[in-house]
Amino acid sequence: MSGGDYLAAAYLVFFLVVLAWVLIIALKLARLDRDLASLTALARRRREKAPGREEQEEQEEREEAPVG
Amino acid sequence: MTYASDVLTLARKDLRLELRARDTVPAMVLFVVASLVIFHFALPSASGDLAAYGLLWVALIFTALLGLVRGFAAEREQGLLDALVLAPVDRSTIWLAKAIAVLAFLGLAELVALPAFALFFTSVTWATVAGVALADVGICTVGTLLAAMAAASRTRELLLPLLFLPLAIPIVVGGVGASVVEDPGRYLGFLAGYDAIFAIISWASFEYVVTE
Amino acid sequence: MSTSLRSNPAVTAASLALVLLGTAIGLIFFFTPEDVDQGISQKIFYIHVPIALTAYACFGWGAWKALLHLWKRAPGADLESYVAIHQGVIFGALTLLTGSIWAKASWDHWWVWSSRQLVLFLVLFLFYAAYFMLRFSVEPGPARANLSAVYALFGVALIPVSFLAIRLAQDFVHPVVFKSSGPAMTGSMFATFCVAWAGMLALAATFYHVELAGKRLDTHVRELRALLERP
Repeated sequence: MSGGDYLAAAYLVFFLVVLAWVLIIALKLARLDRDLASLTALARRRREKAPGREEQEEQEEREEAPVG
Repeated sequence: MTYASDVLTLARKDLRLELRARDTVPAMVLFVVASLVIFHFALPSASGDLAAYGLLWVALIFTALLGLVRGFAAEREQGLLDALVLAPVDRSTIWLAKAIAVLAFLGLAELVALPAFALFFTSVTWATVAGVALADVGICTVGTLLAAMAAASRTRELLLPLLFLPLAIPIVVGGVGASVVEDPGRYLGFLAGYDAIFAIISWASFEYVVTE
Repeated sequence: MSTSLRSNPAVTAASLALVLLGTAIGLIFFFTPEDVDQGISQKIFYIHVPIALTAYACFGWGAWKALLHLWKRAPGADLESYVAIHQGVIFGALTLLTGSIWAKASWDHWWVWSSRQLVLFLVLFLFYAAYFMLRFSVEPGPARANLSAVYALFGVALIPVSFLAIRLAQDFVHPVVFKSSGPAMTGSMFATFCVAWAGMLALAATFYHVELAGKRLDTHVRELRALLERP
């Protein structure tokens, strides 16, 4: 291997490490995306399960409010 | 209770426990002698004295690790540590007392190891002895702090060598240097410097290692 | 996460890194002269040394954050210290890799004990690898933060001590067979070196801020999950 080959190898290694870091961050972002999606679904299900309860709570608040 | 008397009380406790149990020091002695014997077989015949000195220091470092691991090992030790941390003593007394105890154990092991080395390999110079003494201080001060760290972890005995060995590299350099070169003064001075720097850091930071 | 330059350090750092490293690469390959002794492989120096210096900077920053954690109880300092040291290890590994390639190019050996910088990095790499072992074997919490911080401070003290030790060791361990020709840098070489170094620091800062943001996101998501999963 000539000097130029080693030079290229060194810069290539640097480039690859940076790309590897980008890859790992991308994987982490994908995981966060999945987590947030599942949490959003969970929150949505919660909301749908108790719409009746929410209306009941609002009614109770209105009945208590007009005092004083 | 003064700082010094606290330290002495705690150190005496450790020494008395060892006197009764008699497990750590004999193990260290046996380990170091066995290591020296293995090293004889590990050294090709043309290696010479210099290689032997290097291996002496390796043996000492690993024997010290043995003693350090035992330092905070026992379960009752952990309970006692929690109690001591609650007590109105300066936490660093715990560190200093433990370091003194380990120093005593290591010193006893070396009382056997150095003559054994002189017997198996080559004579031990005064510079080597001075180097061993200075190195012991460094090993025990840093090692005790790291042992406390390792004791707080899940992997304990596994973790302590990993934490300790990189920090032991300068000690080995100082010790081997003092043993082999013509003018050991520089290396002994370096060991003294290492001791000073890391003893101060260990003393100051022990508080944070055992409390939250 | 706001994207205005003032409030998003990751964007600032990334922009700087792009500009500086781009300029540096251009300077390295089109501007600086080829070294008389070592030939074109000398140009590895322009990334190897800046990467090494950046690693030191990361360890130093990590130690600073560790000190803030222990001394001022600054919230979040433990996480910042951890991420900084993580970058230090990444750049440290890069130092060892590029240094090894340079050693092979210069002296036909993949490893030379006579290169003080390489040996120092090896020792530091071992030390900070143990930092991660320590962190992974203690439950998250104030205890782990304290232990990590103390260890990080030991690391920073170890850097000069190890350097001195390695220098002393060379007297009896390994005769200096390969003399590194301390580059007498010309003006253009020095200027390029500085640009490259600034670029590497910016790159490390980019990694640092992005990872930090990622870890904070992790914490928020976990807290959100805990809140939502309660019946």
